[in-house]
Amino acid sequence: MANVQLPDSLLVHNYIEGDENALTILINRHQSKIFGFIYSKISDRDISNDIFQDTFIKVIKTLKSKSYNEEGKFLPWVMRIAHNLIIDHFRKNKKMPMFRETEEFSIFSIMSDDSPTIENKIIREQVDSDLRKLIEELPADQKEVLVMRMYQDMSFKEISEITGVSINTALGRMRYALMNMRKVIDKHQIILTN
Amino acid sequence: MAKIYSKKTLVIPTMKPKKEVVSFLLNYSKALSIIKGNKMSFEIIAN
Repeated sequence: MANVQLPDSLLVHNYIEGDENALTILINRHQSKIFGFIYSKISDRDISNDIFQDTFIKVIKTLKSKSYNEEGKFLPWVMRIAHNLIIDHFRKNKKMPMFRETEEFSIFSIMSDDSPTIENKIIREQVDSDLRKLIEELPADQKEVLVMRMYQDMSFKEISEITGVSINTALGRMRYALMNMRKVIDKHQIILTN
Repeated sequence: MAKIYSKKTLVIPTMKPKKEVVSFLLNYSKALSIIKGNKMSFEIIAN
């Protein structure tokens, strides 16, 4: 077979002179080695195909512009181009790491936006407002304990010291506050959830 | 019945680029002409 006998240097020469078939022979002859080399560094078939393509585009342009000095080292030259493109790829990725979705895995399965939506925000504000109105309706002593406990985050010990009652009394007032609020909520069927 | 033992050979598939990539390169090469001027070169892709 002719393509087995013709050396790379002659095929390169023929290609430069216009024989497109010479390029076909060269690519078929060396594609496994070059692609295998690229894949061994990149470990991604799609990117390896891209780099393989870019490598040969450079080869084609250099040969067609007659800028190539044939020194019997076609394959090492192509491998060097591939190698440089691999380095360029890693440099680019370092600056901007890229994540590619596959069918099995979507980036959105681990990345989600937990911030509340506008609708949730409005509902939250409405619930807070309704709650405050309910609290205002409570008897003063119960309201005082509830506000200190829920809005000022005080312990019952601190509440009892400030209000001058025992801890048990403060606890009792809190309990009654919550019972009264539940009664009003049930009576008027107020919805206080998101 | 005697068991049949077969030696499974480990086949490492030869790494090759996609056929479409090779096809593209060959078509690209056929379409490309480079003309060199004084200090510039022009790449022409024929449709």
